[in-house]
Amino acid sequence: MTIETIYERLKKEFNDDILSLNSEANCEPSISVDSENIVNIMLFLRDEGDLKFDYLACLSGMDYKESLGVVYHLYSIAKKHRITIKVNVPKDNSIVPSISKVWRTADWHEREAYDMFGIIFEGHENLIRILNPYDWEGYPLRKDYKQPEEYHGLRVPY
Amino acid sequence: MEHNFIFDLVGNNIWAYLITATIPLIFVTLYALVAILGELKIASWVQDRLGPMRTGWKGVLQPLAEVVKLLQKEDITPKNVNKPLFNVSPFVMFTGSFAAFAVIPYSSKFIPADINVGLFYVFAVSSFAVIGILMGGWSSNNKYSMLGGIRSAAQMISYEIPMALSILAIAAMANSLSITEIIKSQDGGIWNWFIFGGPGPIWKIAFFPFIIILFLVYFIGSLAETNRTPFDIPEGESEIVGGYHTEYSGMKFAMFFFAEYANMYVVSALVTIMFLGGWNSPFGDFLNGPIWQFFWFISKAMFFVFIQIWLRWTLPRVRVDQLMYITWKVMLPFAFIAFMGIAFWAMLNPTIIK
Amino acid sequence: MTEKREIEIDYGQVHTERMRLNVGPQHPSTHGVLRLEVELEGEIVTDVIPHIGYLHRCFEKYCENCTYVQVVPYIDRLDYISSMSNEIPYALGIEKLLDINVSERIQAIRTILAELNRIASHQIAVATFGMDAGAFTPFLYLFRDREMILDVFERLSGGRLLYNYIRPGGLMKDIYPTFVSDALAIVKQVRETNQEVQRLLIDNKIFIERSINVGIMPPDIAINFACSGPTLRGSGVNYDVRRAEPYLLYDKFDFEVCVGKGLMGTLGDSYDRNIVRMWEMEESCKIIEQAVKFIPDASEDVRASIPKKITPKGEIYTKAENPKGELGFYIVGDGKNKPVRIKGRSPSFVNLSVLPYISRGYMIADLIIILGSIDIVLGEIDR
Repeated sequence: MTIETIYERLKKEFNDDILSLNSEANCEPSISVDSENIVNIMLFLRDEGDLKFDYLACLSGMDYKESLGVVYHLYSIAKKHRITIKVNVPKDNSIVPSISKVWRTADWHEREAYDMFGIIFEGHENLIRILNPYDWEGYPLRKDYKQPEEYHGLRVPY
Repeated sequence: MEHNFIFDLVGNNIWAYLITATIPLIFVTLYALVAILGELKIASWVQDRLGPMRTGWKGVLQPLAEVVKLLQKEDITPKNVNKPLFNVSPFVMFTGSFAAFAVIPYSSKFIPADINVGLFYVFAVSSFAVIGILMGGWSSNNKYSMLGGIRSAAQMISYEIPMALSILAIAAMANSLSITEIIKSQDGGIWNWFIFGGPGPIWKIAFFPFIIILFLVYFIGSLAETNRTPFDIPEGESEIVGGYHTEYSGMKFAMFFFAEYANMYVVSALVTIMFLGGWNSPFGDFLNGPIWQFFWFISKAMFFVFIQIWLRWTLPRVRVDQLMYITWKVMLPFAFIAFMGIAFWAMLNPTIIK
Repeated sequence: MTEKREIEIDYGQVHTERMRLNVGPQHPSTHGVLRLEVELEGEIVTDVIPHIGYLHRCFEKYCENCTYVQVVPYIDRLDYISSMSNEIPYALGIEKLLDINVSERIQAIRTILAELNRIASHQIAVATFGMDAGAFTPFLYLFRDREMILDVFERLSGGRLLYNYIRPGGLMKDIYPTFVSDALAIVKQVRETNQEVQRLLIDNKIFIERSINVGIMPPDIAINFACSGPTLRGSGVNYDVRRAEPYLLYDKFDFEVCVGKGLMGTLGDSYDRNIVRMWEMEESCKIIEQAVKFIPDASEDVRASIPKKITPKGEIYTKAENPKGELGFYIVGDGKNKPVRIKGRSPSFVNLSVLPYISRGYMIADLIIILGSIDIVLGEIDR
């Protein structure tokens, strides 16, 4: 199924929540959606008979300088098609509903995105840092991240 | 004293007792060195590699190097351990396995202590090891050690029951618990060994299956008794790190190590005594002098030590519940059946002196 | 009456407690610096909490400060026992962004390298799995053979562990003359040793009893957790990137996607995950035998198609079937020589997240078996 038809299906189902279909040159086409209703959109994508995106391949946090974002790469093992969903949230209020109930794999991916970008996934059961130490300060993959001088008495820049 | 040539040499005095007590200690030390080298070399042979090659000719001095290394290693006693128990447990364990050497014969002319319940004595003192392991495991104040100690206690106590049954069967066949008597009743060539039913008429082959079962039960049980693969779950280095000896280092660790190897010899010697005719030559009276008897006994025992080493490098480890399953639901019923069969055979056998 | 009551109170005060045990970060069987916080009821595991990050090397942050070519050595260090395979999805992604066509010969070489690396990685996986079960000998047999593969890689790239060989647009340098015969010799040796390992380890009754019905992962759980590679296929799900979205020359080869069948126990148990790796080694051998036909004798300039300047603009999610599973890179470029963002979707990271859900209720010895059957590499989990 091509991304245009998927976009049409989503638009019909969720009309206003589906923002746009991005198909710039040299980019994989993606669908931007509103963060509010992301869980229902994902459930629809997962369970609908002819879409059946059962496999969340990747979940990446993004820093677009003005805003933060989350990119979901979905794949369907049964139907062998893929799709990219994008979500944008403002930097000062970066809350995205968690989809870890839809795909359990999102659990660790969301923790990583929280760890690196400070995106708060609402409804996540255990949103703590995963790769960085539990008491690390700041969100290292943000573009405006300043690395600390020292951590527990150890000099950080070397 | 008829089975101890030391008394013939120096007479019945304190020196004779001292020498008699020292010879097994020297033997254990030498044996441990040979067994460590054997372990290294057999492992390397099984695994398609060379093993130690740098210490002496083909690495034969490697065990000495290991002993020196262990001697000069720092002897760490971690904080918060129960010091008395922690320090004493390796020695308890070694005492247990070394005490068994008191009755293990070498040849008809040298048995350190010829007591009339020898088999029972070996069995009793080898249970000492459980206490040593449990003490070491508990006092280390380490969860892994604790798990190892408890596993070991469960394992060794369970495995003693089928082993005791096979010992009972042997006692019935020999009509004695004395090690000398058991060996003596097997003289007269390979056909008279207890693995072939002991002395008796030709229809004893009808009871062969029972004896083979007993032999297997005893040997498998002895593997568990010595904590060797596939039953090395008290150590289980991939699961619980080192089990009961996780916290030990230096000489105390060496004592555990030493006790393990000494135990291997004890169980192998018991297999030899109980099933393979002890010091008896396989050819009846041919090559059956005291020196040859020494040779026969040691080679039979070392053969079983070799099998234990060989198995260790071939088999994976079983799980705790599977281990319990094997002993209680497989080995114990089989041992009972075999024991009944052997008792029947001992009743019918005309050659046993009643 | 009072006495009885006292006894009751005493009995109530007998206090049982679940034990919390730290498996790792220094433990023989965690395959690296993984820390598992295990809650035990006797020997039964009631809960597992993995703590990762001990090997975190800021891969993604580094990538944002490197040029696209400088990223390649860092990618080697993700899954450090299958570095050749790691480089492939990245190179493919950059090639797709820049619209570079790579000759068939280079593609065939990459395929052979990927499959050799798959064999090497599976050898380690099976070997360490055996060692977790307590069988030490097959470990050394398999490592002996892996050495042959490493020798080939060393002659190609100069490195034994980290190769930096497959570049976006080509290769670092051309193959050496006897490469093809070496690859075929490896195939022969691998088959021989696999039979030996099959007899010594896989068909061993103790080993079978240890690994069957342990860590059962039903297909729907496996998909929901987005497991990939042998961990997913062990549950009977037929998903292999090489077949699902063919890259390199995989659509030209005849090979089978091995899935677990629940041969000895239940579908999706540790035995299935392990046996799938054994079968995949055989399939890799088949692929290598077919791929060498695509390498003509004449040499060519393998650097010809490497672009002078890599300044892609756009974004792509590129993936390939690594030995551990689906390795994906989400590459975002803005037309400058440094990437805006590279997100690595590492298979071990995702596969490990399923561990707490499939290891509850088994014994601590089984936990080690389950962890070994998932086959993780901490370099890739912690990035």
